[in-house]
Amino acid sequence: MSNRLRYIRQSLTAAALAAALATPALLSAPSVAVAQERGGTMNIIVQPEPPLLVLGLNQQGPTQTVAGKIYQGLLTYDFNLKPQPELAESWEVSPDGKVYTFKLVKNAKWHDGKPFTAADVVFSTSKMLMETHPRARAVFAKCEKIEALDDYTVRFTLKEPFGPFLQSFEVSSAPIMPKHIYDGSDYKANPANATPIGTGPFKFKEWVKGSYIHLVRNDEYWKAGKPYLDDIYFRVIPDAASRSVAVEQGTVQQTQFNDIETFDVPRLKQLPNVEMTTKGYEFFAPLSWIEINTRNKPLDDKRFRQAMMHAIDRKFIRDKIWFGLGRPATGPVNSVTRFYEPGVKKYDFDPKKAEALLEEAGYKKGSDGTRAKVKLLVMPYGETWTRLGEYIKQAMKRVGVDVTLETTDSAGWVNRVSNWDYDLTFNFVYQYGDPALGVSRTYVSDNIRKGVMFSNTMGYANPEVDRLFAQAAQTNKDEERQQLYSAAQKILVEDVPVAWLLEMEFPTFVDKRFKNAITTAIGVNESYDSVYMVKK
Amino acid sequence: MPRIAVFISQRLVKAVFVVLAIAVFNFFLVHAAPGDPAAVMAGEAGAADAKFVEQLRQQFGLDRPLYEQLGTYMGKVVQADLGYSYRQQRPVFDLLMDRLPVTLSLTLTSFVLALIGGVALGTLAAMRAGTWSDTAITVVGLTAYATPIFWIGLMLILLFSVNLGWLPAFGTESIGAGYTGWAALMDRVEHLVLPVVTLGLFYMAVYTRLTRASILEVRDMDFVKTARAKGLPEWRIVSVHILRNAILPVITVAGFQAGHLIGGSILIETVFALPGIGRLAFEAVLQRDYQVLLGIFLLTSVVVVIFNLLTDLIYSLVDPRIEVAP
Repeated sequence: MSNRLRYIRQSLTAAALAAALATPALLSAPSVAVAQERGGTMNIIVQPEPPLLVLGLNQQGPTQTVAGKIYQGLLTYDFNLKPQPELAESWEVSPDGKVYTFKLVKNAKWHDGKPFTAADVVFSTSKMLMETHPRARAVFAKCEKIEALDDYTVRFTLKEPFGPFLQSFEVSSAPIMPKHIYDGSDYKANPANATPIGTGPFKFKEWVKGSYIHLVRNDEYWKAGKPYLDDIYFRVIPDAASRSVAVEQGTVQQTQFNDIETFDVPRLKQLPNVEMTTKGYEFFAPLSWIEINTRNKPLDDKRFRQAMMHAIDRKFIRDKIWFGLGRPATGPVNSVTRFYEPGVKKYDFDPKKAEALLEEAGYKKGSDGTRAKVKLLVMPYGETWTRLGEYIKQAMKRVGVDVTLETTDSAGWVNRVSNWDYDLTFNFVYQYGDPALGVSRTYVSDNIRKGVMFSNTMGYANPEVDRLFAQAAQTNKDEERQQLYSAAQKILVEDVPVAWLLEMEFPTFVDKRFKNAITTAIGVNESYDSVYMVKK
Repeated sequence: MPRIAVFISQRLVKAVFVVLAIAVFNFFLVHAAPGDPAAVMAGEAGAADAKFVEQLRQQFGLDRPLYEQLGTYMGKVVQADLGYSYRQQRPVFDLLMDRLPVTLSLTLTSFVLALIGGVALGTLAAMRAGTWSDTAITVVGLTAYATPIFWIGLMLILLFSVNLGWLPAFGTESIGAGYTGWAALMDRVEHLVLPVVTLGLFYMAVYTRLTRASILEVRDMDFVKTARAKGLPEWRIVSVHILRNAILPVITVAGFQAGHLIGGSILIETVFALPGIGRLAFEAVLQRDYQVLLGIFLLTSVVVVIFNLLTDLIYSLVDPRIEVAP
């Protein structure tokens, strides 16, 4: 089958899946007849094991998936990133875009029985998260005032309008923490950190380190009749091959993110007991790229970077290394997120064009056929990235660029990249639903900060890009923002500060007996209060 | 004081200095790796600012000069305090004690089984050298020794767990099954079978080959001929005359390995998802969790020193010609 045909077939499957997920009740016919009854235990993989579960203190991926069942945010987001109620039942935005007023649910309680009120929200957003949560700190620093108007109304007053403010309230971006436990304490040393207390549908029961985390149904949950499941076990299985076996055997009923190596995905998709979806990652919308240290020769030359874009076959990477997961990226914004601009310069796979650009830039072939030498620091995040490194080496060789692969572990990787000690490396970064939250940080020049990971480590600086991103963040008119972001995307795609690879998709495998698992843009990090098990 | 007591006390005094020197060396070793725990956590969070990293370094005490950190660490070591893991938010001693039962049930069981099985098979093979049973044992031993241990583990999982469904593949117990008493014990034993067999096969191969080679050297010596000439039964010739003289190399290797049992097995614990010390150590390396790593190193070196001493003592018991000398 030709690549194109396969592509069409996969697109069709994806479309069918999307349609099915949009109407969860129709996902499988028998579930229509079956009531959403209580009961059932779900085993979910958690990998790597989180260091602690207090989401206000630790926001690693696995922490979010587990703690998302314990803690809650004010809002969540549908697949199109529109805000949906969670702990806030309604909200209003003033016409000037500076005052946001949230009405909270009135019957929510913390797991220790204390009522949840506006004081908790004010404490979390104005005090605790400002100390402990880098992403929340960046957002709530824009507030002039955060105040409780009454027990169930909170008002945020911004210094100036901030476009993505409403996108900053899901559970991992702004988890609401219990004031009565944390206020006045040393947050990180609080003894209560061992037994997290949230408002969510599941309560912390037990954690056998290295083995599993056990959550149980919160009988006092504020949504009547929910949740349906009795227990959730998060199981630590460190070996990727063993994780695949656990899915095949039915020992676990869900995997997410990178749990399953891409080369196992086609095999597991054939299993009769599980279903695979790539929905539920829209909020994160990860984008992968080759990060380019633009301080180093020859990478400081725009033509060299453009040549890289032409020399690399991103469809091949998607089909042969990611086994069909993801879409070739066209620029800095993931197409499933907001303010994506399709009308940018296109870089087709074209080694001839790449060679022409290299010639033009003055990189002639030497006697051994080599034009230039660069080093590629392979990201230590699993076998798939190693394979990608080997492919890049081959692809660049074809246009006369000699790539030396370097390996390291994650501490060494963060250390070297954040201190600018690299030529090329891989990276993938979450976009968090809005360019001002997850995109601009990579490209604006005031985020060139040595020693800080996921900043502008390439050292790319363009005053026009800085201006466009700054202006776009300071308005909440969507049309105006679209124009500014479109302009920024066109410049970036021309400049190639990083060589974008894929709009990544992660496979989520869910046992067919479990319904309603993936219903929003935060997918597996949702509270799971509406997940139920169909008993045969 | 009897000679043996002098020997033991002198060795123990030396051991204290050896362990302290090892602790200092370990300290510099773990700090020589690039990056630190704050960098790792920043990488894992997927987002960071300067304050985030700075706070972590302060909390972990990494903002202090290295010699000061060493001083703090050694001060704790001499008080037998293994320190505190800020990443895991628990004292290192507690972390180790949590993991020790799993590791020991895995490594000790497979060690004992391998030692008994290896010596028996090795003896059998040597006494029948050149026959088909010798060839079979040698081939199996060589294969078990040469095959990567994680691969054997995965194949056993595929066969006994996935295809036949006889044995559980991962973990130490059936999570959420709520077994008590005898049923809970049997459940744990069932979970141990595959990992113990996988690890044991490897150890057993070592002992089999060692025993066989050593016996082949001894079995034609004059005193064996004498024993045979005076009409002793074969089992007595093998067990008392041959084996006792051939066993020393096996004891050397066993003593060496016994010292490392406490370190667990990274590969087996990873493949079978067992929460043991090997995995704790491996994760501590990746996460640059210095205190945990140093704690494991220290514990291991203490145990190795003790087992070296024990090995020396056992030598003199098995072979009275060897004397303990300070």
